[in-house]
Amino acid sequence: MILQALTLTLRLAVTVSFILLIVGVPLAYWLAYSRKRWKFFVEALVSLPIVLPPTVLGFYVLVAIGPLSPVGRWYQAIAGHPLAFTFEGLVVGSVLYSLPFAVQPMATSFASIDHKLLDASALLGASRWRTFRRIVLPLGLPGVLTGFVLSFAHTLGEFGVVLMIGGNIPGATRTISILIFDQVEALDYAAANCTALLLLALCFAILAALYGLRKRAAWDVWGWK
Amino acid sequence: MSGSATPTPAPNGDLSVRIRKSFPGESASLFALDVDFTAAAGFTILFGASGAGKTTLLDCIAGLQNPGAGRIAVEDSVLFSSASGFNLPPNRRSVGYLMQSLALFPHMTVSQNVHYGLDGLHESERQSRCGEILELLRISAMAERRPEEISGGERQRAALARTLVTNPRVLLLDEPLTALDAVTKSQILYDLRAWNNQHRIPILYVTHQREEVFALGENVIALDAGRIVASGSPHEVLQRPQSETVAQLAGFENIFECAFVADHPEQGTMTCRVAGSTLDLEAPLSRVDRSRPLRIGIRAGDILLASSAPQGLSARNVFSGVIASLQQRDVMVVAKVNCGAEFEVHLTPAAREALHLESGRTVWLVVKTYSCQVLQGI
Repeated sequence: MILQALTLTLRLAVTVSFILLIVGVPLAYWLAYSRKRWKFFVEALVSLPIVLPPTVLGFYVLVAIGPLSPVGRWYQAIAGHPLAFTFEGLVVGSVLYSLPFAVQPMATSFASIDHKLLDASALLGASRWRTFRRIVLPLGLPGVLTGFVLSFAHTLGEFGVVLMIGGNIPGATRTISILIFDQVEALDYAAANCTALLLLALCFAILAALYGLRKRAAWDVWGWK
Repeated sequence: MSGSATPTPAPNGDLSVRIRKSFPGESASLFALDVDFTAAAGFTILFGASGAGKTTLLDCIAGLQNPGAGRIAVEDSVLFSSASGFNLPPNRRSVGYLMQSLALFPHMTVSQNVHYGLDGLHESERQSRCGEILELLRISAMAERRPEEISGGERQRAALARTLVTNPRVLLLDEPLTALDAVTKSQILYDLRAWNNQHRIPILYVTHQREEVFALGENVIALDAGRIVASGSPHEVLQRPQSETVAQLAGFENIFECAFVADHPEQGTMTCRVAGSTLDLEAPLSRVDRSRPLRIGIRAGDILLASSAPQGLSARNVFSGVIASLQQRDVMVVAKVNCGAEFEVHLTPAAREALHLESGRTVWLVVKTYSCQVLQGI
């Protein structure tokens, strides 16, 4: 049972953190360099999951992807089954929930890059895309990695959103944190303790690895070219 | 688009700049920058105090700032024109710009930095051009090092190499040598001159150091509060200072046309004869073309004046002469002394009293070797 929940949790965390890597990097780039007046609006929106109770976020996502909403109907028409209470639905909710944890470190590290380097790149004939690829991304790599790892770790431990959108279906939506909840509900404290310890160790190992790697300059560690 | 970094440069294309840039939010009569000039191939020195608008001007030419109104063109190729609403983005201007901060990419080696602007060229072509420029600027040995692993002078060379290798149509240098010691500086200037002899493009060189003005200047433009207050050859601009800015620039009250006489490498000095006299000045050994006339600049405040023949001095230049005139200027006395060539010497009123100085009196002038600044145009 633990193994099934653990596999599911890891599968969810990997999927979510990779999606956030793909979505988060361009979003962070835009947040770091855009001069649009309404940027603050997007910033606030992205940060919302940090302060919002997970149940509130989960509730709205559930409504948004439910069979009565356009998104939910559209998904059902394509996939043949509803989005709510499935693994895919869980992914949608988790991506939104972990978005700030991915985007904020990325945006911070992009914004801290000396703007003169970007000017120098343009003066040497580089397009914006080339500048992004060769200068912004390698120099912002520590932040990108931090965002990636944080979103992974954050998804591992999430509870409220999962419970709201996913329910408690073994093999589909029952993640480790839900399992612990179940075990405590069933007064099986020994099993709960075992599962909780596993999650604790996993989260700690990931964070320790992250901070350990960050001590060294990113381009030395990763040999980016 | 990526290949646009290195088009074949139009030879000898003049840079013409007409800009009226205003600060946002201020009245139309207050311009941050209001200039109109043409720079031919070769060095044009932009001189001005900080805040005079030098960097803004370079940023506008490079396309990093919008000039607002005006026109910037290299020969017939327009970079910016407010009349036709045209503003070429910086990555398509082929303008080489060495910023004061250098902006070397910290995660790349010197070689990778230099390669960066050659995107779109054949690998073999890139290799040979990078090799050449690293050779010319004498940093081949540093090619595989990162910017943080090399000295300040080497970083300056690396940044210069990165800019020059793209064969820009115009070169903008923003106080590129400020932080360097005199020897390193003169070596880099020498190499830069060698490069420009081959390429002959307009080079705008921002500096506030007089030595560099004389060492490089074919043409000087003095900027003050965003306006051009003087322009011409270093001599024209400096001999008749018409503004505070140029007066500062003209800090050498004594500038002598000289001819090279002899080197004394073992002492680190060289002897030069002041034109039209038999006066020999001993100056620091400098990297100049000995076959051509050169100039020696001496600040009036750096000259000692003695009422009797001095003895046991370390200074190498001791001349006797006759005081031609004495003039009080504020709290300073300006003495003109004829030693075969006329020297301007600044002293305090108290010194004049103590030495009983008056016109027609014979005095001795003492000039340290290192107070003699050797200057040479291109």
